[in-house]
Amino acid sequence: HLATSLPLPSERDHLRPRIDLVVFIIDIKSKYSLKNVETSLAHVDASFFLGKVCFLVTGVGRVNVCSIEMNAVCKLGETYCSPVLFCELELEGIRNATAQRLVRMLGICAGHTPGVSALSFVSLMRKSDDD
Amino acid sequence: MDETVAEYIRRTVLKIPRDEIKMMLQKWGFLSEAQLQTLNFHQIKDNISQEVVQLCEENSADIKQAAALDIIYNNIHQNKRMWTVYQMKKSGEELDYFDITDFKKKFKRRLRSALKNVTITFKEYEDNAIWIRVAWGTPYKKPNQYKPSYVVYHSQTPYVFISASVLKSNLPLLCQALIVASNYHDIREMELRSHSLNSLKDIVFKRYSQNFQTYTSKPLQGENVEPENADIRIVQENRSEKERILRLNQEVFGSGPQPKLEFAQYRLETMFKSDPKMDVLNKKEPFRCLVKFSSPHLLESLKSLAPAGMADAPLSPLLTCIPHKARNYFKIREKKGLCPESFVSP
Repeated sequence: HLATSLPLPSERDHLRPRIDLVVFIIDIKSKYSLKNVETSLAHVDASFFLGKVCFLVTGVGRVNVCSIEMNAVCKLGETYCSPVLFCELELEGIRNATAQRLVRMLGICAGHTPGVSALSFVSLMRKSDDD
Repeated sequence: MDETVAEYIRRTVLKIPRDEIKMMLQKWGFLSEAQLQTLNFHQIKDNISQEVVQLCEENSADIKQAAALDIIYNNIHQNKRMWTVYQMKKSGEELDYFDITDFKKKFKRRLRSALKNVTITFKEYEDNAIWIRVAWGTPYKKPNQYKPSYVVYHSQTPYVFISASVLKSNLPLLCQALIVASNYHDIREMELRSHSLNSLKDIVFKRYSQNFQTYTSKPLQGENVEPENADIRIVQENRSEKERILRLNQEVFGSGPQPKLEFAQYRLETMFKSDPKMDVLNKKEPFRCLVKFSSPHLLESLKSLAPAGMADAPLSPLLTCIPHKARNYFKIREKKGLCPESFVSP
């Protein structure tokens, strides 16, 4: 399901299946994109942040038109305990590779991989000197 | 043949792209077919232009013919120049029959009475456009052929398109000559400028696709937002929003191609509004600021802003009024009165 922001329009509530993974796409070229993601985060139920949310930063191939601070994005990932993936959606190879990663994550979040759950992502997020 | 004329012809030919030289010389019609056959268009342009000058020498070209060639070049490459639109006003409702010879006579007479050293050339085109080329001199110097002004006048309209040379001081004289020759009594500069002459004509002659208010309760065709996305596994959550944006865009911009403008400039003379506690710019003086939008094709890019998600629909009327108001340079002042809103000056 693709949406431009949250909350999702309520008229389609009955047509929606269970949501296993929420990917927030941030375009590095647009400050508006980051702001939109930050406001949409407020509409996500807290239980999703146990591994079912991830941030996808796109446009990293063009650093010269970067409009947002990378620090801000990384801090966002830390605050919400969710992984931050970097990619360049305009290049087909990277796009395919990113899609495969997301599908792998989605499979785990949906419970299709025995022995691994979404909570594993959270433990991977912890820094090595945190213990 | 005069040396300056020879040099001018040589430089004009050098400006022409190689694959267009033959066509332009044919349009010019000064050299005979036989002479054109003798030209070798496959050598370097330097040599081609020397050969052309040689042939012109044989035909004893003077500055008039050279100017005619220059008009042809500028008519084909009209988008290289910056054009400004002027509007003329008639004093009464007299329907004058337009006589081209009368116009040319009056124009030349008016200009020459003020300035002896001018070169004036006319050329009429099929779309009712009269192209006028004026090279300016001073009472003591011969006209500078390398910095002429061009005027395009459609005789059935009150609009004149001027591409002035750098010497702006001759503009009032040019405008005077135009109104005298065309039997108008006043001329004013419109705040409309662009490189694309055709687009300027489209805007003032209202030839672009405008959207007329028609009552339709639902869009006429349920347009699919992304027809190429036939994958039913992808669900667009915001489809109704996307359709609303497309519909609003359609209402504002119409469905045809937009006229081509490169700039929109807004000169702000409004008061800076801030939190009074911040103590910024306490003096009640307008905050002067210039906002300039530039693009290879401004109106098309404005049209694609909302569908691309980069701006909210509907767009600000300051941006969308550009073709209707036939201007792309605006002055925005504070509205004096109860509501401190900004308004656009005429």
